[in-house]
Amino acid sequence: MESNNVIFGINGPVVTVKNASCFSMMEMVYVGSEKLVGEVIGITDKATTIQVYEETTGLMPGDPVTGTGAPMNVLLGPGIIDNIFDGIERPLKAIEEESGAFIKRGSSVPSLDTEKLWNVTVTVKVGDKLVGGDIYATIPETDIIEHRCMVSPDLKGEVVEVKQSGKYKLFDTIVKLRDDLGNIFDLSLCQKWPIRTPRPVRQRLSSSVPLITGQRIIDTLFPISKGGTAAIPGGFGTGKTMTQHQLAKWCDADIIVYVGCGERGNEMSQVLDEFSELIDPKSNRPMTDRTVLIANTSNMPVAAREASIYTGITLAEYYRDMGYHVAIMADSTSRWAEALREISGRLEEMPAEEGFPAYLPSRLSEFYERAGRVEILSGGEGSVTIIGAVSPQGADFSEPVTQNTKRFIRCFWALDKSLAYSRHYPAINWMDSYSEYFTDLDPWFYKNLGSDFIRYRQKISSLLQEESRLMEIVKLIGADVLPDDQKLVIETAKVIRVGFLQQNAFHAEDTYVPLEKQKLMMKTILYLYNKASHIISLAVPISKITELGLFDKLTKMKYDIPNNRLDMFDEYIKEIDEKLSSINA
Amino acid sequence: MIIDYVGVKEINGSLVVIDGVTGVSYEEIVELRLENGTARQGRVVQIEGDRIVVQVFEGTRGISLKNTKTRLTGRPMEMKLSPEIIGRVLDGKGEPIDGLGSIFPVKKANINGTPINPVSRVYPRNYINTGISTIDTLMTLIRGQKLPIFSGSGMKHNELAVQIVRQAKIAGATKDNFAVVFAAMGVKNDVAQYFKKSFEESGVLSHVVMLLNLSNDPIIERTLTPRCALTIAEYLAFELDMHILVIMTDMTSYAEALREFSSSKGEIPGRKGYPGYLYSDLASLYERAGMIKGHSGSVTQIPILTMPNDDITHPVPDLTGYITEGQIVLDRNLQGKGLYPPVNVLPSLSRLMKDGIGEGYTREDHSPLANQLFASYARVIEARSLASVIGEEELSPIDKKYIEFGKLFEEHFVNQGFNENRRIEESLDLGWKLLSTLPRNELDRVDNAILDKYLKEGSM
Repeated sequence: MESNNVIFGINGPVVTVKNASCFSMMEMVYVGSEKLVGEVIGITDKATTIQVYEETTGLMPGDPVTGTGAPMNVLLGPGIIDNIFDGIERPLKAIEEESGAFIKRGSSVPSLDTEKLWNVTVTVKVGDKLVGGDIYATIPETDIIEHRCMVSPDLKGEVVEVKQSGKYKLFDTIVKLRDDLGNIFDLSLCQKWPIRTPRPVRQRLSSSVPLITGQRIIDTLFPISKGGTAAIPGGFGTGKTMTQHQLAKWCDADIIVYVGCGERGNEMSQVLDEFSELIDPKSNRPMTDRTVLIANTSNMPVAAREASIYTGITLAEYYRDMGYHVAIMADSTSRWAEALREISGRLEEMPAEEGFPAYLPSRLSEFYERAGRVEILSGGEGSVTIIGAVSPQGADFSEPVTQNTKRFIRCFWALDKSLAYSRHYPAINWMDSYSEYFTDLDPWFYKNLGSDFIRYRQKISSLLQEESRLMEIVKLIGADVLPDDQKLVIETAKVIRVGFLQQNAFHAEDTYVPLEKQKLMMKTILYLYNKASHIISLAVPISKITELGLFDKLTKMKYDIPNNRLDMFDEYIKEIDEKLSSINA
Repeated sequence: MIIDYVGVKEINGSLVVIDGVTGVSYEEIVELRLENGTARQGRVVQIEGDRIVVQVFEGTRGISLKNTKTRLTGRPMEMKLSPEIIGRVLDGKGEPIDGLGSIFPVKKANINGTPINPVSRVYPRNYINTGISTIDTLMTLIRGQKLPIFSGSGMKHNELAVQIVRQAKIAGATKDNFAVVFAAMGVKNDVAQYFKKSFEESGVLSHVVMLLNLSNDPIIERTLTPRCALTIAEYLAFELDMHILVIMTDMTSYAEALREFSSSKGEIPGRKGYPGYLYSDLASLYERAGMIKGHSGSVTQIPILTMPNDDITHPVPDLTGYITEGQIVLDRNLQGKGLYPPVNVLPSLSRLMKDGIGEGYTREDHSPLANQLFASYARVIEARSLASVIGEEELSPIDKKYIEFGKLFEEHFVNQGFNENRRIEESLDLGWKLLSTLPRNELDRVDNAILDKYLKEGSM
């Protein structure tokens, strides 16, 4: 479509076009002679407003603006996994080859490799009736991920032609489909999908399966379900990014989409470095074989930062529709909210709280509602779990992004500055955090780990509550005046805090801990507590117990007991029995 | 054809509005000529059809609606670059002011730079030995890192920066491929002189590029100063393969200049009147640190900022902390105790430290030692707050030990001479020596093998 729409005004990333009637809301457009990618965000009868996803320096009034007739969309097909994209799905590796270490504007590299030959197995035959979501071909995308080519959700019809299984390129037609009206559709290895529209599913399922992370404080005290939503708020330096890295490395999702939204460039290169070296224990393949990275660092254009969250969730939904469990890490949603604020400011919209636009809550809820465990169109099960970091300004959780996020998530892992200052990581504060998934997940824990697990967890958290109450007193009058049974609570809670809740991401054994070990650790700590409180009730002073060194030993059991030697816990129980009985005698 | 646009339509703060302009591009540089013959530079910050808004770097004093002729230059703000720039003194927008003539450019570059492709970055791993115990041990500076100093008025951040420059040993850097880019934004003349004198004394002055926008220099020019400095740094690092240390002081003045510009433009303010894009703007500076594939050079940034009223939650330190890879926080109480450098270790942090220390870089015990020192010192603070309520006498024996440890830690580990250059091994051994004053079972962040090897009984 040739048109003579030209730029009228420029203000930062916002460009206006006068007297244009051919654009539609959210349409993707090309701006200027370098064809910078933009999106229509406002239309009046006089002017169309466009946000540009690249630097606007050098644009001039009179430069052409051309529409594409379609909303902002991403290309979905094999080659997404083990790739790194910017916020609008441009492949950063390919851009590096094209333009070197610094990102130039107006790059037109296709999102996915169009020349690569994929090993395609066609799974349908002529005469088959297909509906949206049905799989017509499979491709080994990486060693562990099988890519399943699906009929686009809005298509259905009868197969009239198929190619033989073999090697094909991304845009090669391998299946032809005829719909009821007789229209023929060519199906290749890929499809497009608008990023702001959720992909349809058959129905939502309950959140009854946990996402196992191997992080003790999360799995036991604040578990998240597959298809759940969680927020990690914390001031700078409290370990949001480290926590997200740990989850991305160890959680039992099939695929990880990691969105670096307005964060540090060096962090993304660390992820790249680390994930290609790390071996996934379940598949024995590098982590990159199941990871997609979206990197829109803080110095990359702000409008693309706003889009990066949607690009990430769309890729996640695409793999969910193939029947995978996908987890998306968004680091950080506050930067995304700030991008909204920045663009809203340029549009001179009326601000609500702290300059954020009034539609901030609805945008947040739209995003988090795209999570869920679902029955996919072709009948199987898939899930998208969202874990979003929040960077509250001044570490003040009452600011709008944290507060509005809290309304739409069900797991809140609050990071605490004072824990981080004493290098207690993960710095998740056990008093402020919560998980709403207990009732959904308890049947699963009951079935797989027995009723003990739930009982231990309750006891552990009530001991922590008790400790926090006692610490109020200690802060005023010192620990010496407490009676011995309360001193025991404080001693035990210390073991729980340092020996259980704190977890060392850099220690080979401690970085990931299986549920069974988590359970046995809780069991051993509580065993000591129960035995000791019995002895104290017989008026034995607590110093007699602490001098046995049992508390110190349990504090270090996370390092001393390897994950594959769970039988060693029996020795610990035995030792507790022996040493404590020596007091009795 | 060169057109002069006569007169302006509107003047507001540092902004002028000019009507009827054609062929202008966004962020283009314009020249304004006053009737009295003086020339000023400005930048196009908004275009609305044929009406443009120009930000005048030198301010609008003396400009009237009639007395000005404006000319488009057809190019964005560029910095003249050449290897000869090392050793020069420039003003806030990159023009020489040392009387040695103008720079003969080998290359011109847009001062806004372009973002480094995350794929092309090399993850920084080599530590920089600063010879300062607290920094080397607890918040190790890494080559290619951005590590700001959070300070307050009247604290010794300038001394600390000078000491770092003087003592820093960068892996791979020799006398010939090391340089300092120093950007002063809104600092007092005395401070600029202090830095100059200190560089001279330590013999690095011939390897320093100084950009000076002093507190009485035009405010709008201040928004260009760090960009010019970083453009020079990137040129030296990624085209001439040098190791560059960039010192930027004071980022708070920079942010204030930005706020002034934003409010005169009539933008909707965010927190404390700072523009909503302050985060993106600061990021566009800080993110220009790092190393890239295929080049042996590096850009390491040490921005200095004074926290208004020592408030770390003020928007400038707050947003800085979210972008930079850690921070070194100075503390007024420590300085009051006569300790130098007054580094408050608990809120200080280096994010890149974890991959740049340990075996092969510093020593295997570095990471557990650092963790233990942090944890133990955190206990000290708890014990002190308890002591302030119930009195030191009433503390339990273990809390008293912590109080004692805290005192020793501050006097011997934090405190060190302005000219004292400690090797990393010295600092680590000192750390162990201090920890040995605590009972061994209190050292719960270290596993037994390391304790056996490094913890020696004895007292300070």
